[in-house]
Amino acid sequence: MSTAAVSQIDEVKSTPWSGGRSPFNVEYGKMMMWFFLLSDAFTFSSLLIAYGALRFSAYAWPSAALVFQSVPGLIEHGAPLVFVGLMTFILIMSSVTMVLAVEAGHRNARKEVIGWMIATVIGGLMFLGCQALEWNHLHSEGFWWSSIPTSPEKLQEFFAIGVPYAAQAASAHQFANLFFTITGFHGFHVFTGVVINIIITVNVLLGTYEKRGSYLMIEKVGLYWHFVDLVWVFVFTFFYLV
Amino acid sequence: MSSHATDAHAEHGEEHESMTKGKIWKVFFILLGITCVEFIIALILVPKGIIPGHIANPLYIVLTLFKAFYIIAYFMHLKFEKTGLIISIVVPVLFIIGLILVLTNESHHWITLRG
Repeated sequence: MSTAAVSQIDEVKSTPWSGGRSPFNVEYGKMMMWFFLLSDAFTFSSLLIAYGALRFSAYAWPSAALVFQSVPGLIEHGAPLVFVGLMTFILIMSSVTMVLAVEAGHRNARKEVIGWMIATVIGGLMFLGCQALEWNHLHSEGFWWSSIPTSPEKLQEFFAIGVPYAAQAASAHQFANLFFTITGFHGFHVFTGVVINIIITVNVLLGTYEKRGSYLMIEKVGLYWHFVDLVWVFVFTFFYLV
Repeated sequence: MSSHATDAHAEHGEEHESMTKGKIWKVFFILLGITCVEFIIALILVPKGIIPGHIANPLYIVLTLFKAFYIIAYFMHLKFEKTGLIISIVVPVLFIIGLILVLTNESHHWITLRG
């Protein structure tokens, strides 16, 4: 063996996967947030797929255009999708303010971060308020967990003509349980997201990230907030459109 | 300077180029536009009978997947991460597709069970 050339086995490897540095080039907490969100995506998709399977196999299903046709406090009938459209707009908008907060964080612009974070918190609270109104409206119609409108005439309002009462009652029960469970689980995520956003905003006000020299924490909570928006996109499609 | 601080700094430099204010608003208008298309289908095209329901439903799902792509790729910034991270987040989604296939198949069987 020649002594001049370094044998191949002794050469120092420098590929991203040969150790000594993070191959993903992300900070630990951010990577863990991604993996948490992946697990959360499994939870939400299990719920939504179960909803799909039950709805596929049902004889009939409450029509979205008949169940969701009111704007609470303003219009009682005949305005399908208007209120949920507003909710969707609020959530997309708060996602935009969140990503603007992240962008401001990259420039270490503390004041801009505070402004956008407060806007995001307000957006989240507005969404929660709308959801409370929506739930209250459905509850006043007679829907709740394992509870449906008691009179057959009232129940008929939510179904196409010609569906037998037994089939209506069975699928209305499933609809009520699934709707309140899935939007409730999503609403719980929005609520925790708002709480986390408030904590982070307070930290920004206290100058925690200024001292740390990096606003990476904004990015991590931003991932969570965008995920909440992502889930809503699917909930919106499968409960209100399909 | 500690190694942690330099890492954070390097990351910042990279992301600064990828997501500007202009791009953020562009993605917002794409999301808003897709949602408006969904509303037009649901409120005008389906009630007037221009698009039948069984064609509208797959359309909604395709549009939803487009929205999901824009949120994950741009807002959540996944498009600009290292390929290894993208793969480790996207490939497990196959499990979700698997569950969809299994349970849609199963639900057809439930119809006969219910009689």
